[in-house]
Amino acid sequence: MTGAVRLQVSELGKRFGGVIAVKNMSFDLRAGEIVGLIGPNGSGKSTVMSLIMGLSRANSGAIKLDGIDIAGWPAHRIARAGVSIVFQHSRPLQRQTVLENVKLALLPDSLLRLATEAAAAERARTIAERVGLGGVLDRHPWTLPFADLRRMELAKAVARDPKVVLIDEPFAGLTAAEIKVFSDLIRTLRDEGRAVLLVDHSVKSVAAIADRVIAMYLGERIAEGSADEVMQNETVRRVYIGGRIETVERKEVAADRASTLLDIDGVEVFYGKANALDRVSLRVQQDEFVSIVGLNGAGKTTLFNAISGLVPYRGAIRFAGQELKNLTAAAIARSGVVHCPETRELFGHMSVRENLELGGGHLSNSERQRQLAWVFDLFPILEQRQAQAARTLSGGEQQMLALGRALMMQPKLLILDEPTLGLAPVILGLLSKAIERLRHEHSLTLLLAEQNVTFALPHSDRVYVLDHGRIAWHGDPVKFAEEMSTGYL
Amino acid sequence: MIILRSRLFWIAAAVVLIAALLPFWLSAYLLGILTAAYYFGVFAMAWDLLFGFAGEVNFGPTFLIGLGAYTAAILNSNYGLPIPICVIAAAFAAVAGGILLAVPALRLRGPYFGLVTLVAVLLLQNFVVIFASVTGGEIGMTVPDVLSIDASVNYWYALAFLVLCAVLLFGLSRSAVGLILQASGQDAVGASALGFNVTKHKIAAFCVSALFSGTAGAMLIFYMGTASVDTVVDVAIAVQIIIAAVLGGRRTILGAALGAVFLIVANEFLRPLGQLNTFVVSAVALAVILFFPEGLLGYALHRSERE
Repeated sequence: MTGAVRLQVSELGKRFGGVIAVKNMSFDLRAGEIVGLIGPNGSGKSTVMSLIMGLSRANSGAIKLDGIDIAGWPAHRIARAGVSIVFQHSRPLQRQTVLENVKLALLPDSLLRLATEAAAAERARTIAERVGLGGVLDRHPWTLPFADLRRMELAKAVARDPKVVLIDEPFAGLTAAEIKVFSDLIRTLRDEGRAVLLVDHSVKSVAAIADRVIAMYLGERIAEGSADEVMQNETVRRVYIGGRIETVERKEVAADRASTLLDIDGVEVFYGKANALDRVSLRVQQDEFVSIVGLNGAGKTTLFNAISGLVPYRGAIRFAGQELKNLTAAAIARSGVVHCPETRELFGHMSVRENLELGGGHLSNSERQRQLAWVFDLFPILEQRQAQAARTLSGGEQQMLALGRALMMQPKLLILDEPTLGLAPVILGLLSKAIERLRHEHSLTLLLAEQNVTFALPHSDRVYVLDHGRIAWHGDPVKFAEEMSTGYL
Repeated sequence: MIILRSRLFWIAAAVVLIAALLPFWLSAYLLGILTAAYYFGVFAMAWDLLFGFAGEVNFGPTFLIGLGAYTAAILNSNYGLPIPICVIAAAFAAVAGGILLAVPALRLRGPYFGLVTLVAVLLLQNFVVIFASVTGGEIGMTVPDVLSIDASVNYWYALAFLVLCAVLLFGLSRSAVGLILQASGQDAVGASALGFNVTKHKIAAFCVSALFSGTAGAMLIFYMGTASVDTVVDVAIAVQIIIAAVLGGRRTILGAALGAVFLIVANEFLRPLGQLNTFVVSAVALAVILFFPEGLLGYALHRSERE
C-alpha cells in the first residue's frame, strides 16, 4: 500500500545551548504510511517534529520533501510546500466560529487574492463535516468538548491537502471511544495517500494504527520496526522500564517518628475540559521517600503543580497539618515544600553560582556558605562550573544544578519531577548516588515523580502508580517488582 | 451572531445620524471639541488594528501621525501645495515611515518591538526641534490653508472622515485579512504552520495603521491650522491614544473610536475641576482597564456573546 518516499530526514542534528536534543536522526516517510515516532519524555521526538515543520532550525542534516531540501525554510513556506501539523495544545480563534476557524486554514497567503472567501467557506464546510464537526459549525471553540477541539485542529491541518501530516500526541486526553474514531480518521489520511507521522511517548498508544514505529532516546534512533518488534526490543525496554528492577530494603521509618507530612485528599484538576487528575489521594510520612511512577501524560507534573499552588484544584492538600490551597506559590515554597520541576526552570543567563545563591536567598550569609559548600560536595562538577552561565551546561549538569538549587532552599519536603528526563545512563548513576546520600545524611522527605521505574524504585519506601490521572496501584517496591513490572510499558 | 451584527449596524447608523445633526444644537465651542475627538478616534482605531488584531503594542502611534501631520504642514506652508495633495502625500509619508520602522522592528520579539516604536517618537520629536527652519521647531508651524472656518463644516468633515475610516477598518477587521491577522497575533507559531507568513501580514497591518494615522494627522492640522510637537508628536498624546483604544475595547475597532470621544469629551466636561481634571479622567480609565480589561464595548459584546 505504501508509495514513494515523501519525506527523507537525514543526519538531523539540533542543540539548545549545551543540551544536545537531536543527534544524527535519519528516517524516511512514505506516501500512504503511518509511522509512529516514540520515545520517553525528553528524547527529542518533539524537536524532530518541530524541525520538520520549520518551527526551529536544525544545526545539521537535511530534510527533503519530494527530493527538495526544506531544512532552514521558514514554517509558512514548509506548510505551503505540503507539510501540516496537528498541535497537542491548540489556541483557536475564540471569537470566530468553528467554520471560520477551519476557513482560516484555506485562505491564501497573499494580500491581493483574498476575494475567494465564498469558495473557501464551502470547502471548509465539507472538510469540517468529514471530521465529524457537521453539527457544531456555527459554535464558538470555547463551547466545544475537548474531542471536538481536536477534530477542529485535524480539520485545519488537512484543509490544504498536505502530503505529510505530523500529529503530536494524537490521542492525549481522549476517551477509548474517541480514540477509535480518531484512529479511523488518521487511517483515512493514510488511505488518501498522505504520509502520517504520529509523535507519542509510548508504543502502546500508537501500536494499533502505526505501520512502522521508530523509537528515540537521547536524541538518537534506538529501534525501528513493527510495533511488536519495537516493544520486544531490549534497548527500548531498558529505556522505558530501565531493565532489571532492583529494590533496596529500607530501614523502617520509626513508627513513633512517623507522622503524615503531606496529605493529598481527593484532588481533581481540569485543563479546560480535559480531566488531568481524577480524585487523587496519597500520603507522605515524615522522612519517607515516596515515588509516583507513570508514563508521560499520566498527571504527575499536574499533581506537583497542584501541590506547589501553580494550578487550581478541587480537594485538599495539607502540609504538616496546614491547608495549602489558600497560600501563594511563594508562600508554599517558603513553608518548606520545594519543587524541582522537570523543566528545571534555571535562570539561563545567570551563572551556576548565582542560581545556587538565589536558591539560598533567604539564608544568612554564613549559613548560605555552609549550604553551598554542602551542595558543591554533593555535586563537585557544579563547583568547577560555578562561573559558567547555566544555559551552557549539558543536560545532566543542568539537572544537578536544578536539584542543587532546590536543596539550597533547605526543603522539608522535596518534590522532584522526572530528574532523569533526557539524561544518559551514566548521569543517572550520579544522580542516583546523590539521592542515596541525601537519604542517609539528611533529614529529608522526598516525593519523586518518574517514568523510569528502575531509577525510582531503589529510592522508594512506597510507590504509587498514576495512570490517566488516577492512582492505579499503591504498594511497596518489592511488591511493585512482583506485580507491576510486566504490563507497565 | 448575524442578529448581533445587524443590531450593531442599526445602533451605529442611529449614532451617526444623531451625531450628524448635532451642529443644529451644539455651540461652536463644543463642536470644536468633538471635531478634535473624531480625529482622535481615527488614531485610536488605527492603533487597535495593530494591538487588537496583529497583537503588537505600538507605543509610538504619534510617530506615524506626526509624520503625516508634518509632511502635510511642510508641503502646504513651504511649497503652497493644495490640501488634497498634502493629505495624500501625508498618507504616503506615514506608510513609508511605517515600513522603515516595522521591517526591522518586527524582527524583534516581545517588548523590544514596543521599545523601538517608542524610541521612534523621540527621534521624530528631536528631528522636528533640530530642523526648526523647516518644521517650525518647538513653536510649531502655521498652515496657510484650513479646511473651513465654519465650525459646523469642520465638524461634518471630521465626522465623515471618522465614519469612512470606521467602515473601512471595521470591514477589514471582519474580512479574511482580519482573520489571518488575529491568528498571527494570537498564535504566531500556529499561523505560520498553517502557511501564513506572519511577518508579512503584520507589516501589512502596520502599513494600514500608518495610512489611516498619517491621513488623520494631516486632516487634524488642516482643521487646527497649526502643527506642533505638543499636539501631534508628543509621547503624552501617544499614551492618550493607547488609553482610548484600551478603554473602548481591544479587538473591536469601533470601541476605540468611542473610547477616544469619551476621553476627550470627559476631559472637557471636567475642566471646571481645574488641575484635578486629568487626574479624574486617568483614574476612570485606570479603573476600566483594571476591572473591564476587555474595554467598554468589548465587555458589552462579550456579554451578549456568552448569553
